[in-house]
Amino acid sequence: METLNYRANAPQRAKGSKRQVIVGVVASGNLEVLAERVLPDSECEVDIRTAAEGFGEVWQAVVADFVERRSPGGLKFSINDGGARPDTVALRLAQAVSAIEGERT
Amino acid sequence: MIIIASDKALPPNNTSASTDSWYESSARQRVENLLDANSFNEFIGPELRETSPHLPLFDLPEQFDDGMIVGYGRLDGIPVLVAAQEGRFMGGAFGEIHGAKLTGLLRAARDIAWLPVLILFDTGGVRLQEANAGELAIAEIMRALIEARFAGIPVVGLVGGRAGCYGGGGLIAGCCSALAVSEQGRISVSGPEVIETNRGLEEFDSKDRALVWRTMGGKHRRLIGGAEVFADDTVASFRDAARFLIKHAPSMSLEMLEAEQFRLTQRIEQFGTCADAADIWRSLGATKPQSIPALPHPDFVALANDLQEPHYVAR
Repeated sequence: METLNYRANAPQRAKGSKRQVIVGVVASGNLEVLAERVLPDSECEVDIRTAAEGFGEVWQAVVADFVERRSPGGLKFSINDGGARPDTVALRLAQAVSAIEGERT
Repeated sequence: MIIIASDKALPPNNTSASTDSWYESSARQRVENLLDANSFNEFIGPELRETSPHLPLFDLPEQFDDGMIVGYGRLDGIPVLVAAQEGRFMGGAFGEIHGAKLTGLLRAARDIAWLPVLILFDTGGVRLQEANAGELAIAEIMRALIEARFAGIPVVGLVGGRAGCYGGGGLIAGCCSALAVSEQGRISVSGPEVIETNRGLEEFDSKDRALVWRTMGGKHRRLIGGAEVFADDTVASFRDAARFLIKHAPSMSLEMLEAEQFRLTQRIEQFGTCADAADIWRSLGATKPQSIPALPHPDFVALANDLQEPHYVAR
C-alpha cells in the first residue's frame, strides 16, 4: 500500500451545504471517495491510500486537473483505491463533488 | 447525519429508483431506495473510518465502512433497523468490524425490543484474511439474531445481490425469521467452487451455471421452503416483500422450532433420493420442471404458490 497526500488552493468554495458524501466502492479497478467539508473555503486536500504503488506522478496530475476543473474549496477527499485507472479516479472525484454540491449523481 | 450519494444517474425526483435492479445496485443504493426518502440514519458511518485491523497486515486496501452499512430508517412509515452488505468489496465477506456492526445492530434490536430488522445479504462468507475473527463474528451474529427473535423481533433477510448469500452468510440467513430471494440471489453454505474442490467435478460442476442456479438459486429455495417470498429483481419488489414478511414473520418458540424440525424431516424423506433440483420440482407436482428456470417472475410466483404454500409458521 502507498499513501499519498495532496493539498492545493482552490479559488472557489464548493457549492451547497452537505457536510459529507461517499461514492464508489473498493474493488479491483475501482475506488471509494469520501468527501468531507472540513477545510477553510480556499483549500482542498486529497488523501490517498492505494494498492497500486509507484503512480504518484499520475495521481498528482489527475488531482491537479480535478482541482483546476472543479475548484472544490473546503473539501477533504479521502480515497481508498483498489487500483483504479486515472479516468475512473477523475470520474469518482467529479461524482463526489457533484454529490456534495447537491446535484444528482 | 451522513448524506448518501448514489452511484448512477437518477432523475431529480428519484421516481425510477423503485424499478432499479436490486442486483445491480450498490449496498448504499439499496438502503437509500428501499427506505422512505431521507429517512436513513447511519450508525458508525464511513466518516468514522472504523476499518478492518487485519487487512493492512496483508497490504490490502480497506473500505471506510468495511463493507457493512448499518442504521435506522423507515419502510413505508414503519421504523426499522437495517444492515446492508456491499458485495463488491471483498465479495461482501464478513470480517471483524463488518461482523461487529451487524452484531451490535441485532443486540440493539434485542434491547429496544420493538424495531424489526432487515438484513440485505450480499456475501461470499467469511473473509479469509480475517478467518478466526470472521468465524467468531458469524457465531456472535447468530446468537444475537436468535436473542433478538426471542425478544419478539422479526429479522427478515433479503437476498438478491451479486455475491449471493454463502458460507456464514447462509447460516445467518437460516436463522432469520423469514427470507425473500430473487432469481439472481443464491443461498447456500458451501459455494459451487468449494463443493467441486472438495468433492470432485462429478459431484458438482461449478462452471455449469444452470446447475448452480437450479441448485442454489432463488426459485429452488422458494420451492423447497428455504425462502418465503420470491421477489422480482427490483427495489420495489424487495420493499413489498420486506413489508409483508415483517408482518408475517413467525415468532420464536419451542413449538416453532419443533414445527421446523418436522418440516425438515419431512423434506429429507420426500426429496432425499432426488439427484437434481428438477427431480424435486417434478416430485412437488410440476408437470414441466425443465421450464421453471426460464419462467418470468409472476408466472413463477403463481406456480410456486400452486405447488407449495409458503411456510410462514416454521422457521
